[in-house]
Amino acid sequence: MSLADDRGLALGGTRDEDEIRRARAARVERTAKWALPLVIMVLAILGWGWIVTANEIPHYILPGPDRVWDSLVTDWGILLEAAYLTGWITLVALVLAVVGGAGLAILFNQSRMLELSFYPYAVILQVTPVVSIAPLIFIYVDSKIAGMLLCAWLVAFFPVLSSTTLGLNSVDHNLRDLFRIYGANRWQRLRYLQLPSALPYFLGGLRIAGGLSLIGAVVAELVAGTGGIGTGLAFRIQEAGYRLNIARMFAALALVAAMGVFIFAALSLLSHLLLRKWHESALSREG
Amino acid sequence: MAVRHHDTLPLGQRPPLLRLSHVDKVFGGDVVALRDMTLQVNQGDFISLLGPSGCGKSTALRIISDLMHPTRGRVEWEGGQGQGDLGVVFQEPTLMPWATVAQNVWLPFRLAGKSYAEVKDDVLEVLRLVGLEKFLNAYPRELSGGMKMRVSIARAIVTNPRLILMDEPFAALDEITRHKLNNDLLQLKAKIGCTVIFVTHSVFESVFLSDRIVVMAARPGRVLTELQVDTPYPRGEAFRTSADYAAHARRASEALREAMGEPA
Ligand SMILES: Nc1ncnc2c1ncn2[C@@H]1O[C@H](COP(=O)(O)OP(=O)(O)OP(=O)(O)O)[C@@H](O)[C@H]1O
Ligand SMILES: [Mg+2]
Repeated sequence: MSLADDRGLALGGTRDEDEIRRARAARVERTAKWALPLVIMVLAILGWGWIVTANEIPHYILPGPDRVWDSLVTDWGILLEAAYLTGWITLVALVLAVVGGAGLAILFNQSRMLELSFYPYAVILQVTPVVSIAPLIFIYVDSKIAGMLLCAWLVAFFPVLSSTTLGLNSVDHNLRDLFRIYGANRWQRLRYLQLPSALPYFLGGLRIAGGLSLIGAVVAELVAGTGGIGTGLAFRIQEAGYRLNIARMFAALALVAAMGVFIFAALSLLSHLLLRKWHESALSREG
Repeated sequence: MAVRHHDTLPLGQRPPLLRLSHVDKVFGGDVVALRDMTLQVNQGDFISLLGPSGCGKSTALRIISDLMHPTRGRVEWEGGQGQGDLGVVFQEPTLMPWATVAQNVWLPFRLAGKSYAEVKDDVLEVLRLVGLEKFLNAYPRELSGGMKMRVSIARAIVTNPRLILMDEPFAALDEITRHKLNNDLLQLKAKIGCTVIFVTHSVFESVFLSDRIVVMAARPGRVLTELQVDTPYPRGEAFRTSADYAAHARRASEALREAMGEPA
């Protein structure tokens, strides 16, 4: 074998090694993406437990993780029922926010006069903290459920409205010209051009709205208190607080957090499924 | 697809298609994008608009496609303009990223109220013409720049338009792809016998493609002169290296230099 051949092989070998190293790095990163946060969580819980035992902190001030876990298990029935109510309010409000937000965005897009008249009020509703509106709502709205839905809807619809509005106006100008040249009418332009262009924006707004809807539902529960409709997680947190059942407070809080994570993950998945075929954000290019 | 073969007629004998008469376009009261542009477009012509940046080439196309009204003057189609008479290709491929290749090409028909089933054969035929019949169900992001441009061209010709407007369609492509697309464009035009107005900055592209080169100058945008390239079609790679080609390119370069205000 000549020297040149040797070198050729050596070079080829390095390229392969490079390739393998890159693939390994990608694999490590994929695992690290979920493993690292988990490790951090386990460490935090262990640290928490250690602090509580080492300092002999009484459980009515700070319960250890074991007590919170016990509470999760023993109060599971109560907590699940509460989570069900909070989840239901959040979800229905989110659906209404999508219908209202996207519907208003389309309406505003079709009529500039409507937009000029009403958009400022949408902004005012958004910037006024829902906590300060909620008590009023429960004075005028008889049904607790309706009041809670209204609260959650108020905070959730704006991101859908504003991002869909932005999307409907973000049409590629050449495509817009093309539609004009081919004599598209208003409906065709909306259906075949503006709505698809707005989809990624809408989905971005939806993800934010999901989190806000949960916040709205929690706030509404705290303001509404209980009364014939069963009780949600936020109310359980408050109630456990009055009874100094701190462990149950943590358990309920964990469920609220889990619900928020679940909503975000579900909406991210939805977004990915709808966009993966064509949108840049869903691209997974190699290298 | 009906084929018209007026491009085999000599330049002087082709029936008229469209006429711009004394067209002015003024923006904001003082930017004269076009002054007194008169252009007779005949069936089968391949016209290049050649000129420096800002001489009103795009403005002329926008006026012809009725995206913009002239400040003065008129655009008249022989026998009036019917639906599907016009196809356009922009500098960017301008495809709908959420739609497949076939759906993109279907668009002009779809906007005219025709279902895909009705026009499927036409869509398949033009995709075959531009060599993309295998990519029917691909999304634009899966295609190279040259392939996207082919889809854009397929969409422009699918209604079998009488006139196709192209605004620097290949400017963003590499030279090899551009040559290939230039060759293919000429073959395509010979097959379907349409009329083309093609905007370009490139002397060589204009000489290779067109039989009429309209040289324009800027500030104010205006037609300076018209050159004819009488080399018969089909033109291929041999034409690119011929003395004939070089002579035409020299004449066009000189006219362009004059348009840019430099001594010839
Ligand atoms: N919508 C507009 N509003 C104001 N001025 C414009 C508008 N469109 C074009 N112009 C001006 O009109 C002139 C001609 O523009 P046009 O785009 O037609 O030039 P062009 O020949 O296509 O140039 P390029 O080769 O750079 O594409 C330029 O000075 C440009 O700034
Ligand atoms: Mg231009």
